[in-house]
Amino acid sequence: MENLFNLFIRNVFTENMVFAYFLGMCSYLAVSKTVKTSVGLGIAVIFVITVTVPVNWLLENYLLKAGALKWLGTSFDQVDLSFLSFLLFIAVIAAMVQLIEMVVEKVSPSLYNALGIFLPLIAVNCAILGASLFMQEREYGTIAEATVFGFGAGFGWALAIVVLAAIREKLKYSNVPAPLRGLGLAFIITGLLAIAFMGFSGIKI
Amino acid sequence: MKNLKLLVNPLNNENPITVQVLGICSALAVTVQMKPAIVMALSVIVVTAFSNLIISLGRNTIPPRIRIIVQLVVIAFLVILVDQFLKAYMYDVSKKLSVFVGLIITNCILMGRLEAFAMSNKPMDSFLDGIGNGAGYGLILIAIATVRELFGSGSLLGYQVVPQGFYELGYRDNGMMILPPMALITVGVIIWVQRSYNRKLIEKNQA
Repeated sequence: MENLFNLFIRNVFTENMVFAYFLGMCSYLAVSKTVKTSVGLGIAVIFVITVTVPVNWLLENYLLKAGALKWLGTSFDQVDLSFLSFLLFIAVIAAMVQLIEMVVEKVSPSLYNALGIFLPLIAVNCAILGASLFMQEREYGTIAEATVFGFGAGFGWALAIVVLAAIREKLKYSNVPAPLRGLGLAFIITGLLAIAFMGFSGIKI
Repeated sequence: MKNLKLLVNPLNNENPITVQVLGICSALAVTVQMKPAIVMALSVIVVTAFSNLIISLGRNTIPPRIRIIVQLVVIAFLVILVDQFLKAYMYDVSKKLSVFVGLIITNCILMGRLEAFAMSNKPMDSFLDGIGNGAGYGLILIAIATVRELFGSGSLLGYQVVPQGFYELGYRDNGMMILPPMALITVGVIIWVQRSYNRKLIEKNQA
C-alpha cells in the first residue's frame, strides 16, 4: 500500500511527464490559455491514461510478451508477439479517445467546443503512448502498480497544465513585449518551469 | 497561385510549430545535433505528404466515428515504410534516430493536418499542404538544431567550427544548451524574432 503511494508521488513530481520527459507538449502549450479548459483537458487525459495503461498492461502480459501466451497451452510457450506492441497500444488508445469524444460531445457541448481539434489529438498525445511504453519498459509486476502509475502520470500532466494556465492567466495583466505575447512567452515559461523541476530529479522515494 | 500558397504559407504565416503549435515533442528531442534533425525533417515531409494524400483520397468513404483509428493506421503504415527505408540505406543515422522515427506516429502535425485539412480538401491540395507543413516543421527543427549544436558543442553537422584558440582563451561550450529546457527557450526566442518581423501574427488578447 505504502509502495503504491510512493509510486504515485514519484510519478507526479520527480518523474513528471511534462517537465522530466517532455511528453504531451503540443496540447500542453496550445490549450493552456485558461484554467477552465485546461482542467477539462487534464481530466480527459487522466481518464485516458488511467484506463489505457492497465488495458495495455493486460495485453502486454497475456498476449505480447515472450511466453505470455502460455495460458493457451504449452505449444504457445515460444511465441513472442512483442513486435506488435506499438500497433496494439495505439489502437487501444485511439479507441478510448473516440469513446471519450462521443461522451464529451453529448454531456458537455461547451467543453467540446473549447477543446476543439485537441480532443482527437489526445490520441496522438505522446504522454499517453509514452506512459504505455514506460509501463512496458519498467515491467510493473501487478495490475495495481500499472494502474497507479497511469493515474500518477496523468495527474502529473494535469497538474502541469493547470499550473501553466494559472500563470498565463496572471500574465494578462503584465506588459509583455508584443511579439512575445502568448505562445512565445508560454514556451519560455515552460522552459523555466522545467529547469525548476530538474531540482526534483535527484530525489529517490 | 493557390497551389503556391499551400506550399509557402506553412513556412511562415502558418508554421506548424510556431503558429499552429503542433509537433513540439520531437522538436525538443532530436535537435541536439543538426544531422538527426535534417533526417527527421525529411522523414516527416514524406509521411505528412503521403498520409495527407491517402486520407484525402478516402475522405468520403471513411466513417467519421472511426476516423481516428483509420488515420493512425495509415500513419503507422507510412512510418514503418520510412523506418525500413532508413534502416536499409542510412543505417548509421537510423540507429541514432531509432525511437524518434517510431515517434513520428504520435507527432501531432500528422493528425492535426489530417483533421484540419485532408478530411475536407482535394487530394492534390492535401499533398501540397503536407509537403508545405513538413517543410515548415523541418525549417524550425534545423534552426533550433543549429543554435543548440553551435552553442552546446561548438560544432555544426559534426564539424568543429569554434576554433581551438577560443577554448584556450577560456571559452566554454554551454552545457545548458544540450538539456531539453533550453530547446523550449530557443523555440520561444525564435517565435519572438518571427513575430517581430511578421507583426500580424501577434496575438491580440495578450495572455
